[in-house]
Amino acid sequence: MRKVFGPLAALTGLMFVASPFIVARAPFESSMGIVSKIFYFHVPSWFAMFTAIAICGGASLIHLFRNNPRADRIAEAAGEIAVVFGLMGLVTGPLWGRKAWGVWWIWDAKLTIALLLEMTFISGIMVRKYGGPGSDKLAAAVGIFGLAVTPFVYEAVNIWRTIHPLTSVVPTLPQRMAVPFWFCVTAYMLLLVVLLMLRVNLGKRQAALDELYLAYED
Amino acid sequence: MFFRTAWLVLKKDAAIEAKSWEVLTTTLFFAVSCVLIFAFAFVKEGRAVEDAAAGILWIAIAFSGTLALGRTFERERYSETLRALLLAPAPRAALYVGKLLGMLALLGLAELLLVPLIALLFQATLFARPLLLVALLAGGTIGFCAVGTLFAAMLVRARSRDVLLPILLYPIIIPVIIAGVRGTTALLGATPDEPTAIMWIGVLGAFDVVFVTLSLWTFEPLMTE
Repeated sequence: MRKVFGPLAALTGLMFVASPFIVARAPFESSMGIVSKIFYFHVPSWFAMFTAIAICGGASLIHLFRNNPRADRIAEAAGEIAVVFGLMGLVTGPLWGRKAWGVWWIWDAKLTIALLLEMTFISGIMVRKYGGPGSDKLAAAVGIFGLAVTPFVYEAVNIWRTIHPLTSVVPTLPQRMAVPFWFCVTAYMLLLVVLLMLRVNLGKRQAALDELYLAYED
Repeated sequence: MFFRTAWLVLKKDAAIEAKSWEVLTTTLFFAVSCVLIFAFAFVKEGRAVEDAAAGILWIAIAFSGTLALGRTFERERYSETLRALLLAPAPRAALYVGKLLGMLALLGLAELLLVPLIALLFQATLFARPLLLVALLAGGTIGFCAVGTLFAAMLVRARSRDVLLPILLYPIIIPVIIAGVRGTTALLGATPDEPTAIMWIGVLGAFDVVFVTLSLWTFEPLMTE
């Protein structure tokens, strides 16, 4: 893992440096003009958040049933990263909404749901911080329920009337927009992997340090 | 064996409650206070804002339910009776079901009081389609209690459990509350919108299936120290 980390981090950095130029060269979307460009950062951050939620939920399940500290560290890292990417989506969304809808925020289904998911995973961080001993299991329960709720909340968009652009827009992108879009998605996914590796490693070192303290006190 | 254990847990909780009626009376009182507080927030010139009744009903259920969950499990902490329960040679999931049934009964009683009260105070036509209303209330209450009972049980051992219960519970059950409020709102008004209410009952049913299954499945590992 350590061998891949350096090149991976470098590649991610390069892609993020290149992405503004690639996004700038993409054609304008006819009805929105320049503000539509935020799409190249807004949508990938949600992709990354949903991926992080899936990782967190899966690792939580493994930790809960197998009592596996490694899975717990992955769940902790993925939960925090989900919050980070969610925050990116929640910041870039209103910036676009202000131009497209004239308001920063509307109580649209998709926005409400995004906020709920963000809050669910923030509550997961809180329970780890303030729950005291054994809170890793509690956070695992939050991760599992968060994952279980996600498809519902995603589907609710189709039930509820919504003014947010539909998710079906992505496969219908013209090629000159699709290429920069998937470039950005790849960059975000790589960033997710890099952050995950960093955070898991940090967790591992914290655990090792705690063990050393305990050994020293004995 | 399974249902007998659940029944015994329910009977034990009912017997303890019948000694003082502490949880029931405080929950009912709190539910009524919630209604009053929100009544003042949503009343304009002597009349409630349109459709406010549905929201007030579900907020009162969620808030008083959280209080009841906290109190019920606080009781199990005295002299570590929850640990004794967990040590019993019985399926853990049955303990969960017993606790869940107790919570459902408690909130059901609260709703028996809340629904007529809100219908009366807000001139809400809650009883226009009684069966649909009962289905909505049942679906929403089961969803809320399924997650609530699991979280309250697992938080018994945690520090700052009183604060953590609503913090963990609300983001996850807000979809249930949304479905309940939307469905109930559809029933209000001059012509109740039945298809919308039925659609939301379906959503609640799906939530209930997922939440109860997940809770039964994770209760055992969550309660293992």
